[in-house]
Amino acid sequence: MMKESASYRVFSAFNYIALGLLALVTCYPFYFILIYSLSDPALVVGNPSFLLPRDFSLVNYIEIFKKNDLTGPVTISLGRTVFGTLLTLIGCAMLAFGLTKKATPLRKPMYITVVMTMYINAGLIPNYILMYELNLLNTFWIYIIPGMINAFFLVLIKTYFEQLPPELEEAAIMEGASYFTVFWRIALPLSKPIMATITIFAAVGQWNNWMDNLLYNTRQELMTLQLMLLRFLQSQSYSLRDAALLQAAQDTLAITPTSLRMSITVLVVIPVFLVYPFLQRYFVKGIMIGAVKG
Amino acid sequence: MRSQFRSVKLPLILMTVPFFALVLLFSYVPLFGWLMAFQDYFPGSPILGQNFVGLRHFERILADEQFMLALRNTLVLSFLSLITSPAPMLLALLLNEIRKLWFRKFVQTVSSFPNFISWIIVYSIFFSFFSIDEGAFNRLLLDLGLISTPKDVLADSGFAWYFQTLVGMWKGLGWGAIIYLAALSGIDQELYEAARVDGASRFHEALHISLPGMMPTFVVLFILGIGNLLAGGGFEQMFTFMNPMVMDKLENLDTYTYKIGLQGLSFSYATAVGVMKSIVSILLLIAANAISKRVNGRSIL
Repeated sequence: MMKESASYRVFSAFNYIALGLLALVTCYPFYFILIYSLSDPALVVGNPSFLLPRDFSLVNYIEIFKKNDLTGPVTISLGRTVFGTLLTLIGCAMLAFGLTKKATPLRKPMYITVVMTMYINAGLIPNYILMYELNLLNTFWIYIIPGMINAFFLVLIKTYFEQLPPELEEAAIMEGASYFTVFWRIALPLSKPIMATITIFAAVGQWNNWMDNLLYNTRQELMTLQLMLLRFLQSQSYSLRDAALLQAAQDTLAITPTSLRMSITVLVVIPVFLVYPFLQRYFVKGIMIGAVKG
Repeated sequence: MRSQFRSVKLPLILMTVPFFALVLLFSYVPLFGWLMAFQDYFPGSPILGQNFVGLRHFERILADEQFMLALRNTLVLSFLSLITSPAPMLLALLLNEIRKLWFRKFVQTVSSFPNFISWIIVYSIFFSFFSIDEGAFNRLLLDLGLISTPKDVLADSGFAWYFQTLVGMWKGLGWGAIIYLAALSGIDQELYEAARVDGASRFHEALHISLPGMMPTFVVLFILGIGNLLAGGGFEQMFTFMNPMVMDKLENLDTYTYKIGLQGLSFSYATAVGVMKSIVSILLLIAANAISKRVNGRSIL
C-alpha cells in the first residue's frame, strides 16, 4: 500500500464531498418533483415538501388518466415511439446489411453518403419547405419517415454485421437461399444484442423528440406529450391562463396546475428512467465504436 | 446467371436503394433549398421558377439590428460554454481519484442521467425550482429568512447568460466526463507505476500523466466547439427557457431564424441567415483545425 501524503488525504475527503454534492444536485430535483406529484395537492400548493410526500396520494395520476385531454398526446407519443423505433430498426438493419455485401453495387459511395449526413444539415427553412412540398406537414408520418435512417445507428449495426462469421451466410447462399432469407434467418437472429441497443437508443430519441412537432405539426390531434408539457409550462410562466389544460386542472378542484405539471413531468421521465441502465451501458460502448470508426 | 441476380443482386438492391433514397431525400435534397437565400421565395411554385434577387438578403443581414443582437447573444453563450468546456475533464480527473468503485459508479451514473432527458423536462425541473410563484428555491430561501421577496431567476435578464451556462452544465457535465474517463482508461498503467517508483505524488500523477492523457480528446472537442461557435447554446435550450424578460439575452441565431422564418414567414431571409451560419461555421472549423495542427500537430479533419 502506497503511503499517502496528508494533503492528499485532505483533498480526498474534499473530493468525496464535492462529488457527493454533484450527485445530489443531479438527482434531488427529480426526487422533489416525484414527492410533489405524490402529495395531496391542496397541502403542497405554495408550500412544497422537501423530504417526503405530504399525505401520500395518487389523486394527480388518477385525474390525469381520467382526463381525455391527455389520452391524445400519450397515444401520439407512444405511437411514434413504437412505430418509429420499429421502422428505424428495419430500415437501418436492411441498409446496413446491404452495405456489408460486396455484391451490392456502389456500396462504398452509398455508405460515405449516409455517414456524411452526421455533419450535414441544410437548415430550418429548407427542411420545412421540403416537408411542405412532400405534403408531410401536419401528418403523423413526419415523426417517423424523415428520421428513419440514422447514420450513427447504421454505423453501429454495420460494424456488428461485419464481425459475424461469414461461413453460415456463404453456405446458405450456396444452397440457393436469397439474401432476404439470409438477412431474416441468419444475420438478424445473430445480431440481437446490437438490435436491442438500437431499440433503446431509437425509442428514447423518439420519446424525447419534440422539435418535429413544434416545427411541422400544429394540429392539436398530433400533439406529443413533450410539447404539450412545454405549452403547459409556458402558459404558467407567461400567466396566459388560457391553456386548455389549465382549464382542465381548474375544472377538477382536486388537483392544482402545479401538481398536474409535476405529475406529467414524472410520467414523461419514467420511461427514460426505466431504460437508463441499459442506455448508459451501451451508449458508452457506442461512443467507443463511433470514435474508432469515425 | 439469372438466378444469381434474383437471389443475390436483386435482394441487395431492394434492401439498400429504397432506404438510401430516403437519406438522399431528407438530408441532401433540402440543400437545394439554399437557392432560396438568393431569391424572393414564395411557396407554391417550383424553386427554379422563383425570382432571383442576388445577394440582397445577405446585404440586409448586415443592416439588421435584431440579427446583430442574436449574433451577440450567440457568441456570448458559445464563448461561455467554451470557457466551461474543461469542466467535464476536471470531473473525470476527480472521479478517477475516487477509490471506492461503487461511489465512483454511483456519481457517474447519476450525474449523466440529465443528458438523456429532453430540454422540456430540464425546463420543467428548473421551473419547479426557480419560478417566482411556487419555486422551491424561493420557498426555501424565504423560509430560511435569506431573502424577503422571491427572486424571479428565470426572468432575470442580467443573469440570463450565466444561468443558461449553468443549466447547460447541469445537463451535460456528467455525460461529458464519461468521454474523458474513456480516455483515462486508455492510458498505459505502466506510466503510473514508473512515476510511483520515481516517487511522484498522486497530484504529480494527475498533472503529468492523467491530464496530458486527456488532452487529445479535449483538443478535438474544443475544435468542434469552435466550429459550433454560431450555435450559441442551440435551439432547444434557448427556446424552452425563452420568455419576454430574457429574450434580449437568449435569442440566438437559431431561435431568430425560427422567428423570422416560420413565424414571420420570411423564408428567403431566414434561409440567408441559415446559409451564412453554415458557411461561417465550416470556415471556423477549418481555421481552428489549421491552428491546432500548426500549434500541436493535432488535426481532426
